[in-house]
Amino acid sequence: MGAEVFDRIQSRLADGEEEGQSTPGQARVPAGVSHGILVLDLAPGAVAGAARALKQEFGFDVFLDVTAVDWPGQEPRFEVVWHFYSTAHKVRVRLKARVAEASPAVPSLTALYGSAAFMERECHDMYGIVFEGNADMRPILLYEGFVGHPLRKDYPKEREQPLVPYREGFEERG
Amino acid sequence: MASNPRIANPVRSAFSPGERDDTVVVSIGPSHPATHGTIQIFAEMDGERILRADVHCGYLHRGFEKECESHTWHNCIPYMDRLNYCSPLINDFAYCDTVERLMGIEITRRAVVLRTLLSEYSRLCDHLTCIAATLMELGAMTAFLYLVMIRDYMYEHIAALTGARVTHSYGRIGGLANDLPPGWLPRLEEILVQYDDFMGRVHGLVDRNRIFIDRMRDVGVLSQADALSYGYTGPMLRSTGLAIDVRKDTPYLAYPELDFEVPVGIKGDNYDRYYVRAREMDESVHMIRQCVDLLEDGPINVDDRRCTFPEKPLVYGEIESLINHFKLVMEGPRVPAGEIYVAHEGANGELGFYLVSTGEGVPYKVHCRAPSFVHMGGAHLMLEGYQLADLVPTFGSINMIGGECDR
Repeated sequence: MGAEVFDRIQSRLADGEEEGQSTPGQARVPAGVSHGILVLDLAPGAVAGAARALKQEFGFDVFLDVTAVDWPGQEPRFEVVWHFYSTAHKVRVRLKARVAEASPAVPSLTALYGSAAFMERECHDMYGIVFEGNADMRPILLYEGFVGHPLRKDYPKEREQPLVPYREGFEERG
Repeated sequence: MASNPRIANPVRSAFSPGERDDTVVVSIGPSHPATHGTIQIFAEMDGERILRADVHCGYLHRGFEKECESHTWHNCIPYMDRLNYCSPLINDFAYCDTVERLMGIEITRRAVVLRTLLSEYSRLCDHLTCIAATLMELGAMTAFLYLVMIRDYMYEHIAALTGARVTHSYGRIGGLANDLPPGWLPRLEEILVQYDDFMGRVHGLVDRNRIFIDRMRDVGVLSQADALSYGYTGPMLRSTGLAIDVRKDTPYLAYPELDFEVPVGIKGDNYDRYYVRAREMDESVHMIRQCVDLLEDGPINVDDRRCTFPEKPLVYGEIESLINHFKLVMEGPRVPAGEIYVAHEGANGELGFYLVSTGEGVPYKVHCRAPSFVHMGGAHLMLEGYQLADLVPTFGSINMIGGECDR
């Protein structure tokens, strides 16, 4: 069942570029199935269209997760990764899009999935990815006033930003 | 005496007091005696009724994912225990399974069955903790003590196997830390019999208890559509009537061989969440007994020099094993470059690990899809419109675990 729906998604979302059609989710590189999950590599602008198609046409009703991978030195630097699950087909799909450090913006999926609100806030905390359309980008795992994005590779692990000042005699690190 | 420095507020409420003159904004938590878990809720109250709720987590954030990036694949395992500390073994095995699939390793038959058995045992502990805590917060002290007593037998029993009550660090890439000690399985059966006895007493005490039903039935209702939209999984989603379970839908370990049912609720209220968990515990006991029957003798670790440590006498006796041991400790197991997402059915829902490797002995990225965190994203749906006092049983039945929510 999984393979059949993967084929349909691929022909709908991934092969559009080769056929010269203007489909909502044009893949940059050919898609493939990796460890049982269909992987689609998309342009950032195509993610919202692809997610809508996944939800409305293919029954991917659970938005599982969004995170990012930092590849310093590569251009574009950040790879944003979404995972979806279909309760009907019992399979997962991964969307990926690369965004540059200068404008790390991807569309928000809050209009499609309620779970996007919290998970996008976490990804924004950790990597500074901007989810356009998510009105609530307050820190969620971090706190108000935290400077920087700790999961970026150039954020030193030792850096401390205490909200409560150190007592006298304690040296501040980082 | 120096005056205390002014400490900035770590959170900002989504709504400010004074927007309406007939409501009050109350800040509940992060360390409130009636909510087990460090969570802060800003509630806009109209009398005793919650109009809007703004849930804040992050008080237990300790940089789990950042820390993993500077530890070898093996050394990350103790951090996994501290995600969901009510069922640490499920986290251990989910992480190890993810790494093993990336390495293309198939673990031994005995390890598969033992991991399945211990995952279910861990789920049993987790559900016992959740139900016990919910009941205690409603004043059912006897039921709480019954359940926590059984849970403590289990903790001590697991400690006899792993050496620790809570943070076991028992999983290993390619197998398990050690085999069962003598007499472990007979004691397991003793505990399961006692569990049946005491769970029966708890059912008798609360299931048809008027006070319990009044606090639980039709309180904190979550619709199936909302549950799906907000990414709910596990007992929370099943309590809305949808039989979605990673163990059935994308099976792993020995689950395809086991006979078990996926209990579902009717309308997703607190009572359904209690009952789904209670039924799941019975299914877990059923599965544990099947696993005991499936258990056969054999090695618990794969014979693969990329991840399994050589026997200690060999390390001291021959140069190849010494170097092998040294490389595994100093550099870590080499995991082929690539990315993978693997989900196990955690006690609270889909526990997923997204790992990225660049071929080093240290992970490039470890991301945990924690069910508790996703569940907190929709917690306001179950609070709004109900009384402030309903927050206590509702929050208890969500079973938010700070360790995995805040990572």
